Amino acid sequence: MSEIAHALIVTGYILSVVLTLAALLTWMERKQSALMQDRIGANRASILGFRAIGLFHIIADSLKMFLKEDFVPARGVRLFHTLAPFISAFCALAIFACIPFGPSVPLGDTTVNLWIFDSNISLLYVLALGSLGIYGIFFAGWSSHNKFAYLGAMRGAAQMLSYEIALGISLIGLIMIYGSLSLNDIIHYQGQQLFGFLPAWGVVLQPLACLIFLTAGIAESKRNPFDMPEGESEIIGYFTEYSSMKFGLFFLADFIEVIVVAALVSVLFFGGWQFPYLQADGFHLPGGTHWALAPLAVGLIQVGAFGAKLFFFCWLQLTIRWTLPRFRYDQLMRLGWQFLLPLSIVNILVTGIILVYR
Amino acid sequence: MTKPKLTVLERLYLPEILRGLLITTRHHFANLTVHILHRIGLAKGKRGAVTFQYPEDPRPVARRLRARHRLMKRPDGSTRCVACMMCETICPAQCIYIVADEHPDPRIEKRPKSFDIDLGICVMCGYCVEACPEDAIRMDTYITETSSFTREGMLLTIDDLMNHHNEDSFPRHTSS
Repeated sequence: MSEIAHALIVTGYILSVVLTLAALLTWMERKQSALMQDRIGANRASILGFRAIGLFHIIADSLKMFLKEDFVPARGVRLFHTLAPFISAFCALAIFACIPFGPSVPLGDTTVNLWIFDSNISLLYVLALGSLGIYGIFFAGWSSHNKFAYLGAMRGAAQMLSYEIALGISLIGLIMIYGSLSLNDIIHYQGQQLFGFLPAWGVVLQPLACLIFLTAGIAESKRNPFDMPEGESEIIGYFTEYSSMKFGLFFLADFIEVIVVAALVSVLFFGGWQFPYLQADGFHLPGGTHWALAPLAVGLIQVGAFGAKLFFFCWLQLTIRWTLPRFRYDQLMRLGWQFLLPLSIVNILVTGIILVYR
Repeated sequence: MTKPKLTVLERLYLPEILRGLLITTRHHFANLTVHILHRIGLAKGKRGAVTFQYPEDPRPVARRLRARHRLMKRPDGSTRCVACMMCETICPAQCIYIVADEHPDPRIEKRPKSFDIDLGICVMCGYCVEACPEDAIRMDTYITETSSFTREGMLLTIDDLMNHHNEDSFPRHTSS
């Protein structure tokens, strides 16, 4: 199989997984919040009387988005107003280029690498694209010529800058341990075992960093309890002046960012596609038992393991979003600067000391 | 007002956040289980949500519910109202308009020539029912769905009040 065909197929696979999951999350968020609050949730959209537990609402919503008027404010800047949602969605989607959705799976006489590209700067690429997303927000707020949109954009910019720092610094301890910025190397490292039985996952090695990363990640994806840039109940946020599919794209980018955070947490801290005790030739249980498996079966289990982790962290983020009330803006800034940042620096110091005197 | 003092554990956020997550997660999975059991026809008596699926499955109403008015009739089918203006006088929303007329029967003083209630103004207080000396007006139709595209459409005339289609229409599925 040629390089290009391989890249196209894997890109298609990853894009379809991510976009399908993002669409499903719009439905899941409504249903899950309903269940958590003893309600029933969206179930009215039906095709020929079939309601399919509200799944048709995804189609109904997107149809509505496409059919609405695409409105640009009279004094807005049309070019940037149009560009903003594309930047938001692009930055969120492009992150998946270097996230491994599985190992090299042998398929027939070839092997399929379930990642689009792998290099020794993967993690930097992820962080860089994550912070570029701020342009989408700021263009949207600035080009709308609307004070509420502008306020939302300012809040968004300040919040993303503040949490970007804690997000990046919390990862340094991890990088010191793994010794690589390549996400594949990081996942391979996590296939080892500590004391012979504990999987050497990032969450075991760096529990504090995991917590900080998850918090900062949720803040980066701008959802409750950190949804200051949107502020649904007061300023509506940077997409106040957006309608039709441009708004839909922002909406989709929000859910893609949820998947990004879920994917990064599972890759960096929960072993990516590693399944506990599963190695390339089968299970190696701590007692010394060995259960051989075909390479294809191992590959499929590992792809499934990554999918399950991805889904679990999406679910966790939705649960957090529907459980916690919103922070006040000064509380948000205090948490970011006076709490997460010092903690992540302390984490680096402690990690360094342990690594030196090990 | 004094702020409650938080303990160290509460100030750490995390234990409290975990406690909150446990509560919502418990609700999530308990309700999910009940819904799945309903799908396969089990646990019919247990409710997975407090929602009433309104048009198909209306919410139970109390027997004493005050709903749309009706005018009672004599055995011969004429109205029992004697146009004494008690209800029009007591009505706090002033939504009852009666025009009195002489009754052909000399034993009965008056009868309404027209009797209009503007449901767009009515506050459903039930004072008219209390004030009526003849038990001529009642609010027991259990019709709660009243809507119209115009203000005029909200006006009930004497014909609407006397000839509505369900006389004793207390819903069967309702708890009394």
